[in-house]
Amino acid sequence: MDQGEVLLKLEGISKYYGSFKANDQISLEILPGEIHALLGENGAGKSTLVKMLYGSLQPDEGRIIWEGHEAHVPNPAAARELGVGMVFQHFSLFDALTVAENIALALPPGKSLKQVAKELEEVSTSYGLPLKATARIHDLSVGERQRVEIVRCLLQHPKLIIMDEPTSVLTPQEAEDLFKVLRRLSEEGKAILYISHKLAEVQALCQEATILRHGKVVGECVPADETPISLAKMMVGSDIHEISPRDVPVANGEVLLQVKSLSLEGLSGFDTALKDVSLMLHAGEISGIAGIAGNGQNELFDAVSGERLSENDSVLIKGKPVGQLGIQKRRKLGAMYISEERLGHAAVPEFSLSENVILTRHGLEKSLDKGPFVSRGAARKVKDEIVDKFDVRKGSADPTAMSLSGGNLQKFVLGREVMGNAEIIVVNQPTWGVDAGSAAHIRQTLVDLAAKGAAILVISQDLDELFEVADAIATLSEGRLSAFVPTRSTDRHKIGLQMTSGTHEHA
Amino acid sequence: MTYLSPLIGLTLALIAGAIMFAVLGKPPLGALYAYFIEPVSEMWSVHELLIKAAPLILMGAGLCVCYQSNNWNIGAEGQMIMGGMAGSILPVLFPHFSGPFVLPLMLVMGVLGGMAYAAIPALLKTKFRTNEILTSLMLVYIAQLFLDWTVRGPWRNPEGMNFPETRRFDEFARIGEMIPADGRANYGFVIAIVVALLIWVLMAKTMKGFQVKVIGASPRAAKFAGFDAKKMVFFAFLLAGATAGLAGIVEVAGATGQLRPTISPGYGFTAIIVAFLGRLNPIGAIIAGLVLALTFLGGEAAQISLGVSDKVARVFQGLILFFVLACDTLILYRIRLVGSKVLQKGAA
Repeated sequence: MDQGEVLLKLEGISKYYGSFKANDQISLEILPGEIHALLGENGAGKSTLVKMLYGSLQPDEGRIIWEGHEAHVPNPAAARELGVGMVFQHFSLFDALTVAENIALALPPGKSLKQVAKELEEVSTSYGLPLKATARIHDLSVGERQRVEIVRCLLQHPKLIIMDEPTSVLTPQEAEDLFKVLRRLSEEGKAILYISHKLAEVQALCQEATILRHGKVVGECVPADETPISLAKMMVGSDIHEISPRDVPVANGEVLLQVKSLSLEGLSGFDTALKDVSLMLHAGEISGIAGIAGNGQNELFDAVSGERLSENDSVLIKGKPVGQLGIQKRRKLGAMYISEERLGHAAVPEFSLSENVILTRHGLEKSLDKGPFVSRGAARKVKDEIVDKFDVRKGSADPTAMSLSGGNLQKFVLGREVMGNAEIIVVNQPTWGVDAGSAAHIRQTLVDLAAKGAAILVISQDLDELFEVADAIATLSEGRLSAFVPTRSTDRHKIGLQMTSGTHEHA
Repeated sequence: MTYLSPLIGLTLALIAGAIMFAVLGKPPLGALYAYFIEPVSEMWSVHELLIKAAPLILMGAGLCVCYQSNNWNIGAEGQMIMGGMAGSILPVLFPHFSGPFVLPLMLVMGVLGGMAYAAIPALLKTKFRTNEILTSLMLVYIAQLFLDWTVRGPWRNPEGMNFPETRRFDEFARIGEMIPADGRANYGFVIAIVVALLIWVLMAKTMKGFQVKVIGASPRAAKFAGFDAKKMVFFAFLLAGATAGLAGIVEVAGATGQLRPTISPGYGFTAIIVAFLGRLNPIGAIIAGLVLALTFLGGEAAQISLGVSDKVARVFQGLILFFVLACDTLILYRIRLVGSKVLQKGAA
């Protein structure tokens, strides 16, 4: 390989936290125009490595060589100046600002907002990532927020783009569109460092892969030459756990949750209105709702959970109309909810885990409430139970929610909700931004709960996930829900078409 | 760092104060001594300190709850005045209705008065989404003028030689002095400490306190937990109003013994500083209340011994708030100067 054309070379990069080696002698090379995968389980050291490339952490040892010269990256601004752009897994956008304002903030000063808005709309349409410059971030879906991140990154004209789990919120078609964008960028000579757990897409997209485990490089390969199983083995170091299906598919048990011709106006002009949505959840079944971000998933979740009230008989729990009951009263009836956003919705970021137990278990877990007082001791006990049972890995005894990795926090949230007698579970994007091991754990938990007789509604944009766990699938498109069809009698292609075209297949 | 910030802030305020005195032509160290040390070197003035600290602690502790739940009540001063007036109804209008039961009734009515007045901005916020900062502040001026009018008009003492003040309260309508031999401090200070401790228990140990913190930290998560943000607006305002009303009647029935056209030198505003200096923690508010009471006391002392205006007290209070907030900001954020083009962008 000609040394002169290497874009980025890492030599023996190490990062220590006390005696813990987050990164241990990592070396890799990226050529211009190469799409390079960085594979590894949660905690393997991917984020640490990427943060050092992007300047938010400093390596303790080793050298970063950029276009043949040793580079120091003291901060993200320096990284951007070099030509390193990053699309984050957890979006770093200001909710209250518009798309254009958010992007202007990241660009070097000197351009007017109008110029930025014009450029961003040009770039976004030319790459097929439609965006409205004047929309406010809090009105955008997760998928749309990602577009903002990508466009923001592209406007900085980077030579290397780091993408952290970019497809975790996209439909297969959307992902395919993103891949087109990425391939085009690659043809234009931009290198891409692609972090993902989805082995199939790494195989389809990436020319090179570096695999990390426990902070070390454990393998380098050409993904196309490998199988998903062999990649997973390298990543996990053992055979990956496959979901074991339930023995007896239950045919139409008792109806536990019903939504009857639910229509809801959007709260603002950017929300999707729900139009005449009806569904039934049966005991022992997992129903999946597929759809692209921003087609009414969050609105449906809010209405079913009781965060937004609706007509009293438009939502029924075990036959009882609950449209006018708040979320905690619905929990008392046995319905549990797991929201899409973990931090700031399902959990208070700066609160400890035990305090986050109180957040949704108050009034349900008898030991927590002592008259007007809260028993912190009991909360810690519940927290310990959840941590043990759901394998939540954490740094200290009772850390803050925001210090946990995505996968571990999601396991904690899931555990918290299903600890008691969860008869109905509604979960929105259960494994978004969660590592492969945790995702398998979470899906297995859902399948096991259904086997015990729970009725489960999984709203997800990950079709692989839905086909893995759901008994029946419907699609949500522009606020309309299609009829449920048994998973066995449909396929990814049909569902994918329904998601994008919005046509209804009335079977 | 959270607890260090008020200390750094206080130190910086003292340094800035020293510079101010130097510019005024006073010896800086001597002036600071006269301002902050001398007033507490004698027993009677320690008593004065406790009298001034009581309303500050009461209202500071109440505002901690308000601010932790993201309800920005700036009107404690007005709620204090209304509490003082409501609590004075019995001794002013029914002077012959007297006995040991009067004082407890007065305290209760004071609390209710403060709550009723605080309910106005809460109602406006929940019904019409008005900004509570503006409404609660404007209500202060209404309360001040209403008190002034009442004391000069309908409630003026018929035997008072036309002075603008009400009847003097009788024995049963006064809060007793703790150690009359040493100074004037009354049991109002004890009430303040007890209330602050109760509010601490509320915040640290109860479900309600947990709700307050969740709603303040993450409104979306609070919704997910089924906590009602509108009810919280009322809870926070009514609690702060109750402490302010109590502070009002404690001041009137304790220190002054009658209503006058003004009953507070701005305690309700200073209590905002108390809440922040005390880290929005009711126990912190006890300490901060004593510190800020000292700035009032020092201001009075400085008038006499240094011959400077008592406005110096306000300057010190302003400096303390300014530096504490600045420390909070600078500890959490790094300031970087960037080119003027950014400003143009903002203007575009």
